Amino acid sequence: MSQTKEAKKRKMSLEKRHNLTGWIFLTPATLMIAAMSFWPMIQAFILSLQTGTANKLKFDGFSNYSRMFKDTVFMQSLGNTFLYLIIQVPIMLILALILASMLNNKNLRCKGLFRTAIFLPCATSLVSYAIIFRSLFGVDGFINSVLIKFGILNTGYNFLGHATSAKIVIIIALIWRWTGYNMVFYLSGLQNIEYSVYEAAKIDGASPMQTFFKITVPLLKPTILLTAIMSTNGTLQLFDESLNLTRGGPSNATITMSHYIYNQSFKYVPKFGYAAAMSFLIFILVAILAFVQMKVGDKRD
Amino acid sequence: MTKTKRANALMYVVLIIVSLISVFPLYWMLISATNKSIDVSRGTMLPGTAFFDNLKALFAAQPVQTAMFNSFKYAIILTICALIICSLAGYGFEIYHDKGKDTVMSILLLAMMVPFVATLVPLFRMFSAAKLLNTTIAFILPTISTPFLIMMFRQSARSFPHDIIEAARIDGLNEVQIFFRMFIPTMRSTYAAAMTITFMNAWNNYLWPKVMMTEDGTITMPMLVANLTEGYVTDYGVLMLAVLICSLPTVIIFFLLQKSFAEGITGAVK
Repeated sequence: MSQTKEAKKRKMSLEKRHNLTGWIFLTPATLMIAAMSFWPMIQAFILSLQTGTANKLKFDGFSNYSRMFKDTVFMQSLGNTFLYLIIQVPIMLILALILASMLNNKNLRCKGLFRTAIFLPCATSLVSYAIIFRSLFGVDGFINSVLIKFGILNTGYNFLGHATSAKIVIIIALIWRWTGYNMVFYLSGLQNIEYSVYEAAKIDGASPMQTFFKITVPLLKPTILLTAIMSTNGTLQLFDESLNLTRGGPSNATITMSHYIYNQSFKYVPKFGYAAAMSFLIFILVAILAFVQMKVGDKRD
Repeated sequence: MTKTKRANALMYVVLIIVSLISVFPLYWMLISATNKSIDVSRGTMLPGTAFFDNLKALFAAQPVQTAMFNSFKYAIILTICALIICSLAGYGFEIYHDKGKDTVMSILLLAMMVPFVATLVPLFRMFSAAKLLNTTIAFILPTISTPFLIMMFRQSARSFPHDIIEAARIDGLNEVQIFFRMFIPTMRSTYAAAMTITFMNAWNNYLWPKVMMTEDGTITMPMLVANLTEGYVTDYGVLMLAVLICSLPTVIIFFLLQKSFAEGITGAVK
């Protein structure tokens, strides 16, 4: 009698001990995220209610927030960021999906070579690729010299000096850098789909288009959702491309929100309160968009 | 049959074109690094002979060795710390999971939505108050623990057989030993994928070091490359050589770990 009780007790304490071990294992990571993400976020919110320069901050209600919507440069940066989001993210994800489903073909030759080539842009650093594209599209850059050689242009066109072409260059650069990254996620997702499903579809006479829309897309839905949320988040936080590819120019035509916030905090007279208010808006936008995507992605057909 | 043949041919054409576009800017970078600036502007597509001149000019103009050393130091220390801390957490969340831990995990996932630029000013003030600006600690702490890595390890811990844990317990190993001696060796491909991603992110990190590394000796490679474009006249040959040097470590790591990288991501996406 007492023996079973003792055994029970020991088992209980063992379970408790394991439970405790689990908590100890996850404590360092949890504390770091709390200290390096959540705490600064709270600080940013408090800062956003203050005005003044770096060391002389005063509480001033929501004036920073109302100021934001009258700031034409900020509204421009908001517009630019959403333009990149609406045009670049869908093109990139669809392209990545198509490439992934092509590479998933069992009979394809040189599969590894294609995969490596398409993923390679991801291995270059953000600063590096921004500068490569800046040089390629410069007035005396490669693209212009080719266009002149073929007689399409007489003199170099200033791609980065015109608002529309500069935006297009940023979008092309983003697609170049990130398509392969998303493709790897889709390829991994496709590995979890039985290949026999595709073979059965082929026997049933389904066209490649039908297979793509009826099998690949629905079965990859969770991965598509993941990449959509990651890309949205990444696009709302775009910084390096705006800074190093176009310098935000010409006259703020391509500046992103993060770039403008950086300028307000560290380039000009530091307006920490105003910068914090703008970055809090990004947080709210990311949260809303992630929520909407999860709601849409979760719908069962 | 001809229809599928045509579709097949089309597929190869598309893949070859996309591959060429993907590789071309990197090929151009490589070519430009060996040419004089004037030849780069003329649109040359062939290797030149100015590689060593460019190299000399680059090393004369910028502290390449310092930047290289710093970038390696920061990225390696950050990768090791992040892998240990996040894999411990991912393992803890999955193997000993209960309601409380699941709640904590979903709260941590919220941190994925916190934009880095939003935390930039508070972080800068925190590290400035702690007199930690210009230090390795300041470089690694903000990204030492990420919800993405924790999730990746938690996902892959799901496929770690419970029998192994039970057997190891009977053999008298304690929980920490099980983690280090059983889990880490079994999950090698997850670690490889996590390492590739973390190292690349650390190496490429630009915004945070730009803000808080203000002393001369603390420069990183991406900062050095960006500095080269500051002037009015850009020497494309030298610039592309710097870009090449800055890209080499991540490209090499990617090639070395490519296979396990794909496997690791597959485990995480399941």
